Amino acid sequence: MQRILNDPDNIVDEMLVGFTKAHADIVTPTNNSRVLKYVGAPCKGRVGVATGGGSGHKPAFVGYIGKNMCDAVAVGEICTSPTAIAFLDAFRAADSGKGVACLYGNYSGDNMNVKMAIRMATKEGIEVKTVVANDDAASAPKDQCEKRRGVAGEIFMWKVGCAKAATGASLDEVITSAQKAIDNTRSVGIGLTPCTLPAVGHPNFTIEEGTMEVGIGHHGEPGIEVCPLESADQMARRMVDIVVNDYPFVEGNEVAVLVSGLGATPIMELYVLYAEVERLLHKKKIKIYKTYVGNYFTSLDMMGVTLTIMKLDDELKELMDMEAYSVGLKQA
Amino acid sequence: MFKNAEGKSIVLNMAKAIHDNKAYLGEIDGLIGDGDHGMNMNKGFSCFSERFSDKKITFSEGLEELGMVLLNEIGGSMGPIYGTIFMEMADTANGADEIDLALFSKMLDAGMEGLFRIVDARVGDKTVVDTLSPACDVLHEALAAKKSFLEALENMKAAAIVGMESTKSLVAKFGRSSRLGERSRGVLDAGAVSCCIILCAMADGIKKLSSDQIGTI
Repeated sequence: MQRILNDPDNIVDEMLVGFTKAHADIVTPTNNSRVLKYVGAPCKGRVGVATGGGSGHKPAFVGYIGKNMCDAVAVGEICTSPTAIAFLDAFRAADSGKGVACLYGNYSGDNMNVKMAIRMATKEGIEVKTVVANDDAASAPKDQCEKRRGVAGEIFMWKVGCAKAATGASLDEVITSAQKAIDNTRSVGIGLTPCTLPAVGHPNFTIEEGTMEVGIGHHGEPGIEVCPLESADQMARRMVDIVVNDYPFVEGNEVAVLVSGLGATPIMELYVLYAEVERLLHKKKIKIYKTYVGNYFTSLDMMGVTLTIMKLDDELKELMDMEAYSVGLKQA
Repeated sequence: MFKNAEGKSIVLNMAKAIHDNKAYLGEIDGLIGDGDHGMNMNKGFSCFSERFSDKKITFSEGLEELGMVLLNEIGGSMGPIYGTIFMEMADTANGADEIDLALFSKMLDAGMEGLFRIVDARVGDKTVVDTLSPACDVLHEALAAKKSFLEALENMKAAAIVGMESTKSLVAKFGRSSRLGERSRGVLDAGAVSCCIILCAMADGIKKLSSDQIGTI
């Protein structure tokens, strides 16, 4: 393995030390070594926003802590849910007394640990409500939406939910807006190579050279189809078809688009793909209001890309436009 | 029956069994999961062994501490699943000087009931439940048939193994492998396997302790 490591078993803790040192203007450690919070958290008079998830998805999740972004994040081992205690400590760090919106992705471990953390938080008098992201259109059929995973669409959910909290909205209002954001969002991924857990040292699944896996998950969960590797334009067409038809997005819709690399794909290739995504959406008379291209939600060293589209209305536009300052998302 | 105060060795035996099967559990999990089951389980169980191998604690205190370690330190799905099972078992045993078949059966039932409060999986869904549920059932039967504790433990091991093996032909309904649908068929569920390893190690630990406390079972 050609990697920058000390002890692979300590990679998460060592990464957090570096992250906190590098971004001391945005994040600060808490009493729990697996919880980071915004330097300004808890934000007085505002609903707190917390999230959490396994490591290996940089800049998610800690990269979305910041001004008008998440207040606290629980950090798990690589591809493993944070503990219930970590979620609880994140709620404590985020709560200013107006309650906490826990906006996270649909994975069984996260679901259980969040559930246990909420039970403990309630005993302490912290009110917590959740939105569970399930934007991955390829992870289950449409009639089983509740089984779908949360992927890069979580970024839109956080952006909207956190901006809503910044307006001084109530917990219920924050939850409603974040839920609308994720309900209006669909994603799909294509994987070109597997990823390697540093402590394991080799990939635990394969994607044959010259093939690609359509619908792959952020932890290498198998997709819907393995097929011969295609050109960027063909990949774009495939992804746009899946995402647009699933929601469905139709002529006249205004949307936000996010193209994220999965970690090892050069960013220039993401722009090659985006050019065709834009052309296809334009042809369908779907209007792109806002675009994000880059490594926003990755999967260790996997090569590949995800496409996320969210339908906007006036409220979502306003919230998406709000200033934000975090490691993963900075906009004036 | 066995003395609760002397039961720490049972919990250490469970930890050893997980340690010995770390690579095997990782391999099984790698087929339809993300391959980290053996590593994560071993991390939690060995953390317990390190902290408590030279401390004096009872069987039920050991289960409580192990549950807390798993819940607070390993996270994932297995932290809350096994953390809940062991802590519920400990709660049920609490205060008891001696643990007999009736109490042990009650403890395992409580573990499963606790699990059912946090997961929706039931028998047939290709999870831990497929091992745990039949193990609980045979203890009830053994109790009704007035079997000895030792015989009941043998029955429990056999039922756990059959339950674990049943997951091979099942399609996963919960957890990460559920997204595979039909592709999950033909492979054992890693959680069902680790549950079987734990139950067998628990039974063997109790048997060993009982034979050391001759005549008490």
